[in-house]
Amino acid sequence: MSELPLIRTQSLQVMRGSQRILDNVTFNVNACEITTIVGPNGSGKSTLLKAIIGSVPLNQGSIERLPNLRIGYLPQTVNIDPTMPLSVRRLLSLPVKVSVQEAEEALTAAGVADCADAQFTELSGGQRQRVLLARSLLRSPQLVILDEPTQGLDQPGSAAFYRQIDDIRSKSGCAVLMVSHELHVVMASSDHVICLNGHVCCAGRPEQVATAPEYRALFGSGTQGALALYRHEHSHHHHHDH
Amino acid sequence: MTLLDDFLWRAAIAGVGVAVIAAPLGCFVVWRRMAYFGDATAHAAILGVALALAFEASIFVGALALALFMAISVSGLRGRGYPMDTLLGVLAHSSLALGLVAISLVSTVRVDITAYLFGDILTVTKADLLMIWLGVALIAALLIWRWQRLLIATVNEEMAQAAGVNPKSEQWVLTIALAIVVAVAIKVVGALLIGALLLIPAAAARRFASTPEIMAMIAALVGVVSALVGLAASWFWDTPTGPSIVCVSAVLFLFSVVAPKLRGGT
Repeated sequence: MSELPLIRTQSLQVMRGSQRILDNVTFNVNACEITTIVGPNGSGKSTLLKAIIGSVPLNQGSIERLPNLRIGYLPQTVNIDPTMPLSVRRLLSLPVKVSVQEAEEALTAAGVADCADAQFTELSGGQRQRVLLARSLLRSPQLVILDEPTQGLDQPGSAAFYRQIDDIRSKSGCAVLMVSHELHVVMASSDHVICLNGHVCCAGRPEQVATAPEYRALFGSGTQGALALYRHEHSHHHHHDH
Repeated sequence: MTLLDDFLWRAAIAGVGVAVIAAPLGCFVVWRRMAYFGDATAHAAILGVALALAFEASIFVGALALALFMAISVSGLRGRGYPMDTLLGVLAHSSLALGLVAISLVSTVRVDITAYLFGDILTVTKADLLMIWLGVALIAALLIWRWQRLLIATVNEEMAQAAGVNPKSEQWVLTIALAIVVAVAIKVVGALLIGALLLIPAAAARRFASTPEIMAMIAALVGVVSALVGLAASWFWDTPTGPSIVCVSAVLFLFSVVAPKLRGGT
């Protein structure tokens, strides 16, 4: 692959007080790939994403971004106070104004074309996530960062959400970096998996990670069956040279 | 400038100025749940008044300095594990008490303390008017300049950060604007009722707004109507002006709660 990585992290270390949240985390996010971070609760997944967008200071190491990298970001939780009136269309125009057409395209791509005039706080959990996904797709980002995007969604809702992400990626060619708890989905639709537990336990293609002893030590071997099943059903295959 | 020679006109112009700028700022106070923060800043200003009296400095400067000092101290203590409402309550009430004690200590002649607690809009001078409208212009410029960034930082700090907006800077913009509004509003509604002027018009506007901009504009309208009607009421019935303004505001809020129900019920 001749293209430069979009993001290159080098021995990241993040401390909270005396607690080491992330230590010696080195990995790349490549163009056009879906990279998924998995790991138990408290393993520093969200912190890692926050460090990448620059809202958590690093104690050591560095993060190199491709110059002028356009990033779309979907946070884990968005609690807009109900006293704040905010239509979906207005939310999409924050902090940079977008045209009606751009907004409609993004909402359509995220599957919520009919929500443009609704108040954000009155939407259901699934609609909110899709609206936020639409927002992260504005201004054709090269990288979309999603922090547990299907939190609070039921299984069909979450499956549909991941299909949408896969669909968006194949249409727009943007890279995706996400945190997910749904291991079988991760294994089915990711190009690159990073197993995190404060440090990078193992990383690589899904089938490599699934068989790695470090991964099995964290998640057990139960997900193997799910992986096999999904690989089987998932008929199309992404061609990537590693 | 014959208009400004009339104290009622000066009062009206001062009241409108403070109401117009307190409203959009008050919206942020409501959206970000900073009500206690606003009170703490306002109460600290009383201590500033005491210091200004002691050093024979401008009341405006004293109030601004202490309001800023309080705002900075609170921002510094944010996120250090203190429960915020308790901390702000402690700071707000102790600075008010300290300010009241300090005023009694420093003033050789008995100062009319109620003027600083509840405002004294009928004694607004031309110099006061200039200060008030300078403050209004400054806050307006700040808010318009940072509007989009302030909104995204209010919606979600990480989303702001990812879009290249530092939420901490936006917090500072609001903090400074709040300190200025406290300093200019002391003369109009007094330290104890500034919080009301920030919160009530914004709360009254909520039901009628679909975007932040509309809410800010309706809040400003509610604020201006409150200031003018409150001033008129205090003139006709000889009631204290600052509290009268807040009462009108409260009536408008009540109306905003009841009106949609009446309309929907019939």
